[in-house]
Amino acid sequence: MEIFIDTYLIPGAIIVGKSLLLLVGLLLFTAYILYADRKIFAAVQMRRGPNVVGPWGLLQSFADLLKFVLKEPIIPSSASKAVFIIAPIVSAVLALAAWAVIPLDEGWAIANINLGILFVFAVSSLEVYGVIMGGWASNSKYAFLAALRSAAQMVSYEVSIGFVMITVLLCVGSLNMTDIVLSQQDGVGTMMGLTNSALDWHWLPLFPMFIVFFISAIAETNRPPFDLPEAESELVAGHMVEYSSTLFLLFFLGEFVAILLMCALITILFLGGWLPPVDIWFLNWVPGIFWFILKMCLVFFAMAMVRAVVPRYRYDQLMRLGWKVFLPLSLFMVFAVALVLQVTGWAA
Amino acid sequence: MILTAIFFYLFAGTTIASAFMVISSRNPVHSVLFLILAFVSAAGLFIMAGAEFLGLLLIVVYVGAVAVLFLFVVMMLDVDFAELRQGYLQYMPVGALVGIIVLVELLMVAGGWISAPNAVGSVAAPIPDMAETSNIQAIGNILYTRYIFFFQVAGLILLVAMIGAIVLTLRHKENVRRQVIGDQVARDPKTAIEIKKVETGSGL
Repeated sequence: MEIFIDTYLIPGAIIVGKSLLLLVGLLLFTAYILYADRKIFAAVQMRRGPNVVGPWGLLQSFADLLKFVLKEPIIPSSASKAVFIIAPIVSAVLALAAWAVIPLDEGWAIANINLGILFVFAVSSLEVYGVIMGGWASNSKYAFLAALRSAAQMVSYEVSIGFVMITVLLCVGSLNMTDIVLSQQDGVGTMMGLTNSALDWHWLPLFPMFIVFFISAIAETNRPPFDLPEAESELVAGHMVEYSSTLFLLFFLGEFVAILLMCALITILFLGGWLPPVDIWFLNWVPGIFWFILKMCLVFFAMAMVRAVVPRYRYDQLMRLGWKVFLPLSLFMVFAVALVLQVTGWAA
Repeated sequence: MILTAIFFYLFAGTTIASAFMVISSRNPVHSVLFLILAFVSAAGLFIMAGAEFLGLLLIVVYVGAVAVLFLFVVMMLDVDFAELRQGYLQYMPVGALVGIIVLVELLMVAGGWISAPNAVGSVAAPIPDMAETSNIQAIGNILYTRYIFFFQVAGLILLVAMIGAIVLTLRHKENVRRQVIGDQVARDPKTAIEIKKVETGSGL
């Protein structure tokens, strides 16, 4: 019994506690990121955005949550009922599951596994099923067409995301997320004789890949200007047309948590994770998680600005960009980076 | 150890149950969804066996890409289920034959393993100590040295298949307006717009 408590109960309770903490933090963060998204969008269009619920509209997301939860869920009579209900759950659960390996600070990952980045890639490649299942189970033409579009889009951009990850991994020599961040302590900046700073992070030596990853991340999460699955003008509301109340909320949540995951991935792969921008004592004194969240917010701000100012792509343009521009470019960069590392011996 | 056993039986049970549902469910889309479930739980088994790289790769490649295409094709096909069931007895012998052959082959592999346990070890490369090297390094070391020829040939075969599929389906239709991005980018005000002076009251 003693052994049972020591080996299973206590570690299990610790893991559950950590997971709950991360989950609550993540959901709160998602609520305010949603609010920020609407505020930024409004500011660009010279509107006020949500400003009624709570001071400055700060409680808007919670009001939306209540609204969704309290509404009646409607399941279409010709829908494939089980798949219809499972689809949004799959979508939300997978988006949250990927966060298990994201290190928010040194040692602050729930599971610091060796193949962390591959785990995130695998889980995010499963996310497409939420979309396909939802679109198919609704038994509606609009939802089905949108699901096909969306799935094709997500699969296409996953390819270039994979190749960009490989270029970063070539430089790091490990698939562990913590190693990826720690490897960015030294880089271009220290080679030039400067102290550890933002110049060491991967965005500088791998600059074209940083941009490719940013755009692919937007496309992968179906954000505007690549929000073709949801193109209101032609497909009503994408694969979730038939969804209402809590089931819709789960899709919505999954989408936004996936967007945050992409922001976190950009932060880890290219922006040095929790490392401070300059190696000075008072910046080092600030906890790493603060830098991590700040960088995530910056990436999200860029995404929100892109959403506000760039017009929507046409579907063939989207596919052309993915397959004819990003895929060759990222494939070439894998080759070029491997060659440079081999010739100079930096990989070691 | 108990926990490991519980998870093993959970994954193994799910794999077998969903594999059974693949062939027994009435709706082909449900079949493919169960196939995906089988893949995912098989990946769980891989990870439990310590081959986490293979397990995750199974998810990325099979579940994330191949099964999506399966699902696409099955969803798009207009399958008449009643008609599909009519020829059931007619195709039964062929299906049974294939099934029996696969079963016999599997039994032979397993039988060879039991009767001569050392035969497998003498062919395969030694498994490095997992404490020293990671999964991915061990696979890379053997794949890119000892089996580099097979690896390259496999890549070449896939390339040929891909080119073949493209050649078979690529058609250049006449009279289709295509977007030429280069032309669009090369346009400037001189070639794109014409400025006219309009007299008051006359129009163009």
